[in-house]
Amino acid sequence: MHILMFGWEFPPRISGGLGTACFGITKGLAGLGHRITFVLPQAEAISPPFLNLVPAYAMPVDAADLGEGEPVPRRRLAVRPIPALLNPYLSKDRYRELALSGRSGFRESAVVYGHDLIAEVTRYGQAACTIARRASFDIIHAHDWMTVPAALCARRISGKPLVLHIHSLEYDRSGDSADGEILKIEQAGLEQADRLIAVSHRTKRMIVERYGIPPQKVSVVYNAVSRNEAQRIYRTERPGKNRFVLFLGRITFQKGPDYFVEAAARVLKVLPDVTFVMAGAGNMMRQMIERVGELKIGDRFHFTGFLQGEEIERIFSLSDLYVMPSVSEPFGISPLEAMLYDVPVILSRQSGVAEILKHALKVDFWDIRELSAKIIAVLKHPALRGVMVEKAKEELLTIRWDTAAERITELYRETVQSGNGRQMSY
Amino acid sequence: MPSVCLYFQVHQPLRLRRYSFFDVGHTHDYEDGTENRRILDRVARKCYLPTNTLLLKLIEEQGGKFRIAFSLSGTVLDQIERSRPDVLASFQRLAATGCVEFLNETDSHSLAFLFSPKEFKAQVLMHRARIRALFGRDGRTFRHTELIYSNALASAVEKLGYAVILAEGTEKILGQRSPNHLYRPAGCGKLKLLLRNYRLSDDVAFRFSDRNWAEYPLTAAKYAHWLHRIRREESVVSLFMDYETFGEHQWEETGIFTFLSALPGEILRHPEFEFRTPAEVASDRHPAGEIDCPEFISWADEQRDTTAWLGNAMQQDAAHTLYKMESAIRKGGDEDLLKRWRMLQTSDHFYYMCTKWFSDGDVHRYFNPYESPYEAYINYMNVIDDLSQSIKGTKGESP
Repeated sequence: MHILMFGWEFPPRISGGLGTACFGITKGLAGLGHRITFVLPQAEAISPPFLNLVPAYAMPVDAADLGEGEPVPRRRLAVRPIPALLNPYLSKDRYRELALSGRSGFRESAVVYGHDLIAEVTRYGQAACTIARRASFDIIHAHDWMTVPAALCARRISGKPLVLHIHSLEYDRSGDSADGEILKIEQAGLEQADRLIAVSHRTKRMIVERYGIPPQKVSVVYNAVSRNEAQRIYRTERPGKNRFVLFLGRITFQKGPDYFVEAAARVLKVLPDVTFVMAGAGNMMRQMIERVGELKIGDRFHFTGFLQGEEIERIFSLSDLYVMPSVSEPFGISPLEAMLYDVPVILSRQSGVAEILKHALKVDFWDIRELSAKIIAVLKHPALRGVMVEKAKEELLTIRWDTAAERITELYRETVQSGNGRQMSY
Repeated sequence: MPSVCLYFQVHQPLRLRRYSFFDVGHTHDYEDGTENRRILDRVARKCYLPTNTLLLKLIEEQGGKFRIAFSLSGTVLDQIERSRPDVLASFQRLAATGCVEFLNETDSHSLAFLFSPKEFKAQVLMHRARIRALFGRDGRTFRHTELIYSNALASAVEKLGYAVILAEGTEKILGQRSPNHLYRPAGCGKLKLLLRNYRLSDDVAFRFSDRNWAEYPLTAAKYAHWLHRIRREESVVSLFMDYETFGEHQWEETGIFTFLSALPGEILRHPEFEFRTPAEVASDRHPAGEIDCPEFISWADEQRDTTAWLGNAMQQDAAHTLYKMESAIRKGGDEDLLKRWRMLQTSDHFYYMCTKWFSDGDVHRYFNPYESPYEAYINYMNVIDDLSQSIKGTKGESP
C-alpha cells in the first residue's frame, strides 16, 4: 500500500518517544513492502526557503540513518520535511517562550510564523495539505494532535481514509489543566478519523471515556523497541560500588519526577551510597532542584539536563536501575530501552507499557513508600536483579516493531475495505 | 489383580502478608491471617466438608471395602485446629472408620531434606507425633512435600522406621517399566516404594473438566473400565492427587462429586478389584524390582524435578538464606523464632517465586497470591530480614 504519513522526527534527531515510535513503525511498514511518504515538521531553517511549501526536495532517507544493518529500500520511503516550528512536546507556553527567545531553529522563523502554537499547527496543516494534493496514496496515517489539521485536510482533499494513531492525549500531558483548544483539535481528529490506533488499553479507555468515542473504532497496537546491539558504543559497565538509579524523561508533571525525588530521599536513608540521576529537561526541573536541596540529598542526586543519542546510551549503560514513575503514560518506550542495556526496571502501573511487561516491577506512581522499598530491593538483592534482567531479555525478543507493523497493516486493510467505493492503487 | 490405592494430599500454606522493607524491625507478624482464613473457609465449604461427608458415606456403604489415605500437612492442621474444629472433626470421623490411613510428611510442608537432614528429621517426627495425637495411629507411610524423592531420601526415611514411601511414577526412574507395581528403593532393605500413576491420576485431577479432552466427559464407569483393563499381573494402581481437586480445582458444577460418588461402586463391580491404603499394599505385596533415583524427582510440571521451587536464582537465594539461619535459631533456643523459621520453610513460598510459567501467564497464577515472582521474592526476603534481625536481637536498618 502507499501510505501518506504525518509523523515526527527522524534519526539522528530524536528527542522522545513519539519520534522513536514513528521511526519504528515506519521502518516496520517499509519492511513489509509498503511505500511511505513521510511528512514531518522541521524547525531548522532549511533551503530552499521555508516559504516554498511545495515539496521542493523529496529527501530519500539515507540507509545509514535507518540503522540496524537492514536498510529500508530507499524507494519505499520519501521524507518530506515542512518547515514548521513544531516538535511533539510543545506546550503553548513553551512555544511562545521559544519563539520569543529566538533559540535554535526558531531564530529566523519566529517572525514569519508568529507566536501562537495553535496557529502554527493550523499553518502546518495547510502546508501539509499541499503535499497531500500532489501525492498519490491509499491511506493516511497521522500521529497525535498536532498532525490532526494536516491529516483531516488530506482526508478531505483525497477522500482517502485516515488512521489516527494516538501516542498521548492532552489529559496525559497536562492532567486537569488540559488546554481547551488542543482538546478541541483532538476531539475533531478522534471523531473524524476512520480508524483509531491507541498505544495501550489505558489510552484506549481514555479515548472512549473522555472523548466519547465508540470502543470498536479504537484498536490497540503496542509500541516496541529497536535492537541496536551491533551499533552499541557503550557496553554495559557498572563500576562496582557506585550504584546509579536513573530517571530519564521530560521533567514535567506527566513523568512524575517529584515521586522519584521523594523516593530517593527515603532510599538514601537506608542505602546512603546510592547515586540518583535525573536525566532530561522540563518545566519542573527548577522545582526538583529546589526540592533536592530541601531534602539535603544534593550530594547523591544529579541532574544531567537534556540528553541525546550517545549520551542516552551512556547513561543507560551506567545505571543499575531505571525508574519510570509516570503519572500518566500512554505507553512509555524508554523502559524497553533500559532493558536493552540490561537495566532492571520499575514502572508506574499508570503506564501503557506495564500492560505488556511482565518482568518489571510495578508500583502506583503515588506510592512513594512502595517505590522506595522496591528500589531498595533491587539494589539489595543481586538475585532479584539477575533474574529480572535475564527474563527481560527473553521478553524483549517478543516486543518487535515488525509485529506492530503487521497489526497496523491489518487495520489499514480493514479500513480501506470498509471505506465505500474507495480505490486502492498499488 | 491390581489393588487401587487412593491418596489425597490436603495442604494449605500459611500465606505471608504484604511485608514491606519498612516493616522490617518494626513488626514480627508475618502471616496474612485474614486471607488464610478466607481461603480456608472457602476450601472447607467447597471441598473438605462435602468431600469428607461423601467419602464417609461411601466407606459406610461399601462396608469397609472402600479404603483411602490422606496426608494433611502441618500447615493446614495449624489452620484447621486454630479456626475450623468442625473440619478437623470430620477428618477424625473418617479416621474412626478404620478404613483411612493418615500419612506422615514434613510438618512444615518443607524442602528441609534438600538443605538440612537434621531439620528434616525433626519435622518428620513432629508430624508423626501430631498425626498420632489427632488420628490415633503412627504413620507407616511417608510422602515428601510435592512428592519429591531420591535414593538418599528413601534411605533417610527407612531409618525413620517407615514401611513405604511414595513417589512420582515418571519414566525418568521407571524407564520402560510400569508404575503399577510395588518397588524397592535402591540402597534400602525393607522400605518399599509406591509410584503414582500420573496418567490416570491426572485424568481426574487436571483433565476431568477439560472440554477439549478427547475423553470428556469422564464418567466413573468409563474410568473404572480403564482400571479394569490393567494387566492382571500388575499389582497396584496408585492414584495420588490434591484433595482440593474435589470441589476447588474441579468445581462442583463439573460433576466431580457425581464422579467420585459412583467411583468405588464402579471399580468394585469387578470382583477381583480391591481398595488398599499404601501401608496395606506394602504389607500385602512384594517388590517387583529396584528403582534407582540418584537425582531428586517430584510430581511437578513436565520436568518432574525441583525447579518449580529452586529453579531460579531468587529461589535459591531465598532458600539458602533461610537455611543458613538454622544453627543460630537452634542455639538461641527461642521457640517462637523456631516456629517462625519453620513457617517460612513451606514450599509454597518458593513456588510463588517461580518464573517458569509466569511469562505465559497461565493457570499457575490462580494459586499465586503475588502479582509476580519478583514481588513474592521481595516480600519473602523482607520477612527473612526481620527474622534474621530478631535472631541477632538487633533492631534497625540492615547493612
